[in-house]
Amino acid sequence: MSEATESDGAFEILLVEDNARDVRLTQEALAESGFPCHLRVATDGEIALRMLRHEAPYADAPQPDLILLDINLPRVNGREVLAEIKRDAALCTTPVVILSTSHADADVATCYRLHANSYITKPLDFDHFVQLMRSVCDYWLRHATPPPHRPSKSPP
Amino acid sequence: MTPVFGALARPARESPVIFLVEDNPADIRLTQEVLREAGVTHRMQVARDGAQALAMLRRLDGYRDLPEPDLILLDLNLPRKDGRQVLAEIKQDPELRHIPVIVLSTSHADADIAGCYQAHANCYLTKPVDLEEFSEMARVLAAFWLRHVRRAPKRGGPRQART
Repeated sequence: MSEATESDGAFEILLVEDNARDVRLTQEALAESGFPCHLRVATDGEIALRMLRHEAPYADAPQPDLILLDINLPRVNGREVLAEIKRDAALCTTPVVILSTSHADADVATCYRLHANSYITKPLDFDHFVQLMRSVCDYWLRHATPPPHRPSKSPP
Repeated sequence: MTPVFGALARPARESPVIFLVEDNPADIRLTQEVLREAGVTHRMQVARDGAQALAMLRRLDGYRDLPEPDLILLDLNLPRKDGRQVLAEIKQDPELRHIPVIVLSTSHADADIAGCYQAHANCYLTKPVDLEEFSEMARVLAAFWLRHVRRAPKRGGPRQART
């Protein structure tokens, strides 16, 4: 999985996830799915928002084509991150796929009301997780038409 | 107009409902066909214009018994009420906004794509001209939205008609 610092036109995914094991699993699952993409990781919501807004030290962070967002995060929680992204005119068009261990109806309902593009419950076993990542990539990278890109450095 | 159901031999009572909003009869038939072949059991509802789509979603008048759809496939260029307006109304309606709306359009225009995402379309799909590609897209769409995605809980019960 490439961690290039500059976008070379490849599909950019931002994973917002604090659990190191889940980060590794997602990286492996994406790699196994075989879709070429760059994966960047933000380990909490505040870092994610800084990356998305190109605030220091993330001024050169490429704009993601897709955000995978865990809703259970430290500091700024995932629902707040989702709400911030979808309220921000510069960010709101970026597709946000919630990846969560929560099955709770209330969590799912809240995320969709906050305009999450889709909600996925993380499967417990790795093979299913790979299958899921394959489906996510197949759909969002190969078939979906992404929102047109804005210039990577938004004016302040 | 009565909703059209996909011609599955025995659609399961609880199988997911796809709501297709499309005015062109040939496109309706084609979309039903590729989704049927996609291999995920579902039921289908069809609206042929934007006004009918909203009446069905709001379960007005003759539509009171309709099930809430699990997924909406929305064309943009519709008679009576344009698809862009339908999208805006769905996503602003607290009773409907949780339903995933996939815009399925032949438009490649940046303004349309950006506009739909800004209006909180869950996704934008550009309808392929090639039938094989369209079949493949339907297969991936059905797998993603009907098998892998967790959808919002439905709002229960028949709704009050709006005056």
